[in-house]
Amino acid sequence: MDLIRIKNVEKKYKNGVTAIYDLNLAIEKGSFVFVIGGSGSGKSTLIKMLYREEKPTKGQVIVGGLDVAKLKNKKVYKLRRKLGIVFQDYRLLPKLTVYENVAFALECIGEKRDIIRIKVLKALEDVGLKNKVHEYPDNLSGGEQQRVAIARAIVNDPKLLLCDEPTGNLDPEKSMEIMRVLDSINKTRGTTIIMATHDKEIVNKMKKQVITLKDGHLVKFKQKGTYAE
Amino acid sequence: MKPFRMLGRSIRDAVKSVIRNFSLSLASISCITITLIIVAIGIMASLNVKNFTEAIEKDMTIVVFLKNDATAEDAIEVEKEIKKISNVEKYTYQTKKEIKEKMQSESEVFKTVLNNWEEDESPLKDTYQVKVKNINQIKETALKIEKIDKVAVVRYGEGMVDKMVKAFASVEKVTYGIVIGLILVTVFLIINTIKLTISARRKEIGIMRLVGASNLTIKLPFIIEGMILGLLGSIVPVLVTTYGYYAFYRHFDGYLYSRLIQLIKPEPFIYQASIAIVAIGILVGMIGSASAVKKYLKI
Repeated sequence: MDLIRIKNVEKKYKNGVTAIYDLNLAIEKGSFVFVIGGSGSGKSTLIKMLYREEKPTKGQVIVGGLDVAKLKNKKVYKLRRKLGIVFQDYRLLPKLTVYENVAFALECIGEKRDIIRIKVLKALEDVGLKNKVHEYPDNLSGGEQQRVAIARAIVNDPKLLLCDEPTGNLDPEKSMEIMRVLDSINKTRGTTIIMATHDKEIVNKMKKQVITLKDGHLVKFKQKGTYAE
Repeated sequence: MKPFRMLGRSIRDAVKSVIRNFSLSLASISCITITLIIVAIGIMASLNVKNFTEAIEKDMTIVVFLKNDATAEDAIEVEKEIKKISNVEKYTYQTKKEIKEKMQSESEVFKTVLNNWEEDESPLKDTYQVKVKNINQIKETALKIEKIDKVAVVRYGEGMVDKMVKAFASVEKVTYGIVIGLILVTVFLIINTIKLTISARRKEIGIMRLVGASNLTIKLPFIIEGMILGLLGSIVPVLVTTYGYYAFYRHFDGYLYSRLIQLIKPEPFIYQASIAIVAIGILVGMIGSASAVKKYLKI
């Protein structure tokens, strides 16, 4: 079954720039998909439309049965609870410890304390940070901070994990570490992962599905693709 | 259980935020305090004015003096005529003799003076005391009665009492105006306080949005913060109300200037006033923060 279905989607920003032209896509449950393309290719816009930071101007975006375009502002949280999001800049709260940062995601949705504990520790174990539970984000390396962000994104067992350039701020070695974590999440938890990146090396090494965008048009959708110009 | 958990969390966050932005919180609290003290004085003053104007109005009577030569039959005729007037609620009849006895029982001076007069040379007159249904039409009613045959003079509480009631009514209006103005100022101050806490927590709010916190969950701590500011701001006004009114009441012994102006008894009046003040404080805090949240948390 398809987790994400995108039909005839067009996105035009208010300043007149069209970021996506007539996009059609279907992404299966459990897949690992790279979205690649240069700057201004529309990959960030695509990711943003999936978590309804942006609404499509035309067409349908369906994520896990929810029509994102029709989702009212008040109901956005219903979509957000089904997915996890990881950004280039981690977006951790500096005054909270690693544990608290991850637990924050569950506290916000009113989860019980003992369930929070179990889920947070499991998520931190999955990203390999069980020994840094009480550290503050500022005391961690970039790679570690990003893993905390990933733990926070997956702690609620989402069906979908969206990553917008998660390795953008990391050196190649740390980037591969992040990719290994994401790959294992994809395999062990069965989480569908969509990752926007422009890191050729990663895409070529991972051999996953690749969506190539150029100037807002879908160029290719390949199984086991590589980063081709 | 979940709503309680979320509420607990919101209250915790709200208290934290009040303490973290202490100086601004204090500014809001002081403003609420000043406003509420004036509101409290306004409430108590206007309720007291209402209380005694009502008492005065209830006491307003038209006194109908019959002519000296009016006989008992004439009195019955007059009574029939009075009965016909629609604004008349009830009336009592007193003969000169009854009035004389009443006056004599009230004062030693009257007792001796009035004893000197014989029945037919008494300056006193037979009277009807008429109470009206609608106090605003007392003048018209009095005029109608005056036209009745054998009626000598008609007197009612015109003049001073009337003017006093009107003066107090305008004082009441001015008080309302000041109170409303102050409440608005306070609401604006609270909007600013909450705005600051919102901007201090922008990042946190962004993450809350991302991880799927509902809008209510995000807004609740700020609204509770406003309510806490309102509650803290109403402490001093409540003390002022209770102790102040007690002292005031005792100092004037329950009457202001004359027996005419009777103050409301402190209990349970001060408790009702206190509850009203706390409620206004919390409500003002809530309205202020709710509108701040609406303006600055476009989510």
